[in-house]
Amino acid sequence: MNLDSLLDFSSAVLRGMTPILFAALGGYLSERSGVINIALEGMMLIGSFFGVLAALSFHGSGAPWMGFLAAGVAGGIFAALYGLFVIRYRANQIVAGTAMNLLAAGLTPFFCKIVFDSTGNTPSLPLEDRFQYFPMFLSFGLAFGLHWMSRQTPMGLWISFAGENPAALATAGIRVNRLRTWAVIASGVLAGWGGASLSICLSSSFSRNMTAGRGFMALAALIFGKWRPLPAMGACLFFAISDTVQMRLQGVPVFGGQPIPVEFIQMIPYVATMLILAGWVGQSRAPKSLGLPFHQG
Amino acid sequence: MFAIQVQGLTKAFGDCVANDQVTFSVKKGSIHGIVGENGAGKSTAMKLLYGLYKPDSGSIVMDGKPRQWRTPADAISAGIGMVHQHFMLSETETVLDNLILGVEKTAALGKINRKQIEKDLMALSQKYRMPLNLSARISEIPVGLQQRVEILKMLYRGAEFMILDEPTAVLTPQEIEELFRNLLELKKEGKTILIITHKLREVMAITDRVTVFRAGKVEGDLETKDTSVQDLADRMVGRRVHLTIGGDHPEDSKLGHTPRSGGGSLRPALEIKGLGLLRPGESKPRLDSIHLTVSPKEIVGIAGVEGNGQSELIQAIFHPNNPRHRSSGQISILGQDIQAFDTQAIKELGVGWIPEDRHKEGLLLQKSLRENFLLGQTRREQFCKNGWIRWNSVDASLKQGMEDFDVRPRNIHALAGGLSGGNQQKLIIARELDRRPNFLVVAQPTRGVDVGAIEFIHRRLVGLREEGAGILLISSELDEILALSDRILVMYSGKIVAEFARGEVDAMKLGVKMGGGHG
Amino acid sequence: MASLKIWLIRLRPIIAALLGLSLGIGITALAGESPAHVVAVLVKSALGSPYDLGMTLFYTTPLVFTGLSVAMAFQCGLFNIGAEGQLAMGALWAAVLGIVMPGLPGFVAPVFAVLACILGGAAWGAIPGWLRAKRGSHEVINTIMMNFVSAGVCSYVTLYVFRNTEGQNPETLPIAAAYQLSQFSSFGGAPVSWALILAVLVWAGCIVFLRKTRLGFQLMSVGENESAAEASGISSPKMRILAMAIAGGLAGLVGVGEVLGNAHKFKMGFSADFGFIGIAVALLARGRPEGVLPSAFLFGALHKGTADLDFETTHVTRELALILQALVILSVSADGLWDWMNRIGVKKRTGKAAS
Repeated sequence: MNLDSLLDFSSAVLRGMTPILFAALGGYLSERSGVINIALEGMMLIGSFFGVLAALSFHGSGAPWMGFLAAGVAGGIFAALYGLFVIRYRANQIVAGTAMNLLAAGLTPFFCKIVFDSTGNTPSLPLEDRFQYFPMFLSFGLAFGLHWMSRQTPMGLWISFAGENPAALATAGIRVNRLRTWAVIASGVLAGWGGASLSICLSSSFSRNMTAGRGFMALAALIFGKWRPLPAMGACLFFAISDTVQMRLQGVPVFGGQPIPVEFIQMIPYVATMLILAGWVGQSRAPKSLGLPFHQG
Repeated sequence: MFAIQVQGLTKAFGDCVANDQVTFSVKKGSIHGIVGENGAGKSTAMKLLYGLYKPDSGSIVMDGKPRQWRTPADAISAGIGMVHQHFMLSETETVLDNLILGVEKTAALGKINRKQIEKDLMALSQKYRMPLNLSARISEIPVGLQQRVEILKMLYRGAEFMILDEPTAVLTPQEIEELFRNLLELKKEGKTILIITHKLREVMAITDRVTVFRAGKVEGDLETKDTSVQDLADRMVGRRVHLTIGGDHPEDSKLGHTPRSGGGSLRPALEIKGLGLLRPGESKPRLDSIHLTVSPKEIVGIAGVEGNGQSELIQAIFHPNNPRHRSSGQISILGQDIQAFDTQAIKELGVGWIPEDRHKEGLLLQKSLRENFLLGQTRREQFCKNGWIRWNSVDASLKQGMEDFDVRPRNIHALAGGLSGGNQQKLIIARELDRRPNFLVVAQPTRGVDVGAIEFIHRRLVGLREEGAGILLISSELDEILALSDRILVMYSGKIVAEFARGEVDAMKLGVKMGGGHG
Repeated sequence: MASLKIWLIRLRPIIAALLGLSLGIGITALAGESPAHVVAVLVKSALGSPYDLGMTLFYTTPLVFTGLSVAMAFQCGLFNIGAEGQLAMGALWAAVLGIVMPGLPGFVAPVFAVLACILGGAAWGAIPGWLRAKRGSHEVINTIMMNFVSAGVCSYVTLYVFRNTEGQNPETLPIAAAYQLSQFSSFGGAPVSWALILAVLVWAGCIVFLRKTRLGFQLMSVGENESAAEASGISSPKMRILAMAIAGGLAGLVGVGEVLGNAHKFKMGFSADFGFIGIAVALLARGRPEGVLPSAFLFGALHKGTADLDFETTHVTRELALILQALVILSVSADGLWDWMNRIGVKKRTGKAAS
C-alpha cells in the first residue's frame, strides 16, 4: 500500500464515518437524558431528503448551507413529534421509535413523488451545490464540543442526571420532561445533519431508503462507546474502517480467484455491540432510567 | 420562636386519608423527631412540607407567614432541605457534581467553575466538620458518606430547615453515631432539623421534641425529656384497631386454642441455623446469625418494625440458592436441607407463602381470579396433567375456596386487581391453604384488610395450626403477633434480639424491644 | 355510564387505529388527491377480485406469523424487534434443507421444511432471550443487532454457498419439487398456499397454548408480574428464553408461505418489513394472540391495497402503506392520548359524589 492509497483510504474512512457520527452524537443526547432513540434511522432519512430538497431549491446561492439548515430543521421537527409521543403521551419508546422509522420510510418517497414525480430518486446536485469536507469537520468538532459540554457545563450535568436519577434532578428544581424534550429535538437535528451529509456530501442525491441501517449502526456505535461522545466517535471510526475495508474487498478475487465474503466484515459492528452489551468484551452500562417515562409530581 | 408551624394539614389519596388535620410546630434551632409506624402518614407530611405534594387543606407557616409551594423549588428557596430515604444521587457522577446539581456556578462560556466551587465546598465541609472526597464517584463511597453528601447538598443550597427521612435505616451503629455528632453540630450552628424515624431509642438520644403519628393523625406532641421509649411505644402502637379476638390477652377458648402438644418428636417445620446476609458493597449485614425453629403445630411470631430484616428473612427461606438472599447459614424445611432448592422445589415440599406485598409477589392483578388461584399450583396433578391445565378442576376448587374464605364478588372471571384488599388477601390465603401446607410463611396477613376479614384470617391460621402445620408469622401489628403466636421473637437490625413464650410479654414490652431498647 | 367507559377502553385500539388511518389518508390531500378516491382504490385493490383477495391473504399470512411472534414475546414481557431477522433465518433454513436433501419423499419433505423454518427462527430468537435471561442485556438492542447479522448470514449463504447463477437476482437455487406447496386455484393465480391454513392453525395453537397449558400459563405469569411468578416457583429466565424461542419460531414460519409456497427458493430481501409490521399487528391486537388474525388481515389488505396506488393515482404511491402503519402504531401506543377519557370519567364520578 503506497502513500496515495493510504491517504485515499483514510479520507474514505473519515468521510464515511460522518453520517453515523452525527447520528450517534444525536443518540447520545437523547439516550443520556433517558429517552431511547431507535428512531435515529428515520430522523436521518428525513434529513437526507430535506437536505437535498433545500439544496436543489437554492441552486447556486449557498445551496449546501441551506440544505444543511433544512435537514437540521426537518430532523428536529420530526424528533419533536417523536418526543411528543414518548414524553407527553408516554407511548412506549421502542414501539414509537419503530413507528417513526416506518413513517420516515413512507414520508420521504411520498414527498419525493409530490415534488419530483419520482419515488426513487431526486435529481442530482451539481458538484458546486454539495459539501466536500464541511460536515466531516463539523461532526468532529461536535464530538469534542459535546464531550466538553458533558463534563464542563450545567447542561451536561443535567442531561446525565435526567438519564440516571431524574427524581434527583426534579428535586433540584429542574423540569425533567422539558429537558428531555429538548434533548430529543437536538438529537433529531444532529441525526438530520447525519442524513444530509449522506445525501449532499457523500453522494449527490436522495434515494429511497438511502440510510440503509446507518441509524442503527449509529445506535450500535453509541452503545459500543458506552454512551459517551468521544468513545462513540472511536466506535464510529472503527465501524467506518470495517465498512470501508468491506467495500474495497467486495468482489476482489484473492486466494485462488475466490472473492472474500465481505458479509462477515459487515457484521462486525453488530456482533461487537452485542458482545460489549453482554459484558464479555469490556462493559457498557445504559443510563439507569433509560426508557422510563418520568411523571412530574 | 418557631421555624415552621404545620396547621391542620390534610391530604387524601382517593379514599385513603394519609394526613388528617396534622398540626405541630418545630422550634428554631432544635432537633425535632417524628415517629410512627409505617403508613402512619409521616412521609406524606414531609412531602407536603417539601412541596412534592399539595395539601387538600391546612397551611404551613414559616416565620409567621402562611406559605404555599408550587414545586419543591419554592420550598428550597424558602430554606427547606430534605434528605430522602432513597438518596437523590447519581451513582455515576462525582460527589462534587451531585452537590452542585441545579445550583452550578459558571464562569465564561457557561463552564462550571469547579475550582471556585471546590473551595466553597471545602470551606463548608470544614465548617460543619463533615469531610468528603469531592472527586470520588458516589458508587465508590459507603452509604454513610452518601448521606453526608445529601446533608452537604442541603447546606450548599443554604437550607436552614432540614428534613431527614429515616436517616439511620441504612447505617451501621458507628455511622449513626457520626451522623448524630454532625446533627448536633448543625444544631449548634442554629439549623433546625426534623428527623423521621421509627427507632425510638434514637429519638430519645438526639431530639428535643417529638411528634407521634398514628393512622394519619398526630397522637402526641411532647418534650423529649418528658417522655420515654415506653411512653412513645405506647402512643405509637398502643390502643388501636380493636380486634374481635382480643387485644393483649386473647381468650384462648375463642380461638379454639389448645396448648401446644409436645410436637418435639416430629421434625421441625423450619430450622434456621446461623443465617446471615451481607450484600456486596454494604457495610452492615441485613441478617445477622439468625437461629430459629418452627415446630409442627406451632405459630412462631416475629415482631419488629419493618425494615429490620424480616423481608430478607423471607426471601432467604424461598430463594436459598441465590447469593443475593443468603450469604451464610443453613436452612431446613420439614427435615430437608434446602440449600440447593429453588422456589418451586421448596413449595413442592408442602410449603405455603403469603407474601407481605400481595400486589408485588402475590397476584397477577390484570388476570382473573382463576388464573390467580392457579398461580404456583400448576404442579398439582389435580390442576395440571401432562402439561394441560384442567380448568374445570381449578374452577371447582376456586369456587369452594371462595365459599370457604368468603371471597367477594363470587365471580371467578373478575380481575384480581378489582378486588378490595381484604378479598385479595383472602384469595391468596385460599390458594395457599388449598394444598394443606405443612409449613406456612405468613407476612403481614392483615395489612390493608378490613376488621371483619382480620378475625376471619386469624381463625384460619389458627385452624391450620390445629391441623398440625407449623407457621412463621411476620407482622408489624403487635396485637396480631400477641393474639396468634405460641412463641414470639423480636427482630431488630437484622438480629433476633428477644424471645418470649406465649403470655410472657405484653405490647409495651415488645414495643420497647422493637425500638431497640433494653426493657 | 361505567359500562360505556369500559367499552370505550376496550375499543381504544380500534378507535385509535381508525384515527391513524384517517389521518394518513387525509395526508393524501397534500398530494392533491381526493382521499375518498384513495380509499376507493385501497378497498378495490385489496378485495376487488378473487386475485386481489388472494394477494391480500398472501400478505396476511406472514403478518399473522410475525404478529403472533411479537405478541407471544409480549405475553412474557419482552419486545421482539427481531422478527425480521428471525423470519429470514427460518426461510433460509427451509431453503437450504430443500436444496441439500432433494431426495426426501413428498409427504415428509414439507413437514421437515416447516420444522426447519421453526428451528431456524427459534434458534435465532433464543439467542437474545438467553442474553436477556443470563447476561441482562436488553433484548431490544440485541434483536435489532441480530437483524443485521441475520441479513449478513443470509447474504453469505445465498451468494456464496447456494447461489443461483442463472438469474441476476441474489437468490438461492430452487428447492426440490417435493417441498413445494401447491397453490389454491380459486384465487386467480395469487400464491395462496397451505401456509395460510397453517397460519390459522398456529394462531389457534398459540391461543390454546396460553389458555390451556402449564407452560403457556407460566410464560404469561412472568410477563404479567415477574416477582409474583418467581414467588410461585416459576423460573423467569427459563420462561424468557422459551418465549423468545417461540417468538423466533413463529417468525420463522414466514418462510413456509414464501419459500415453500411462493418463490420456491430463498430470495434476498423478500420480506417487505413484515417483521416490523408485525409490531403494528400485535399492538392493534393489544399484545394478545386472539386479535392477531383480524389485525393481520387489516394490515395485509393495506399492503395489497396500497400497491395499486402507483397507477391508480397520480401522486400517491404504495409507500402510503408505511405511513398508515406508522400512524396506526403511534396512535394506538400513545397512552397519554387517552388521559382525557379518564379525566372525564373521574369528573363524572366526583360530580356524582358531591351531589
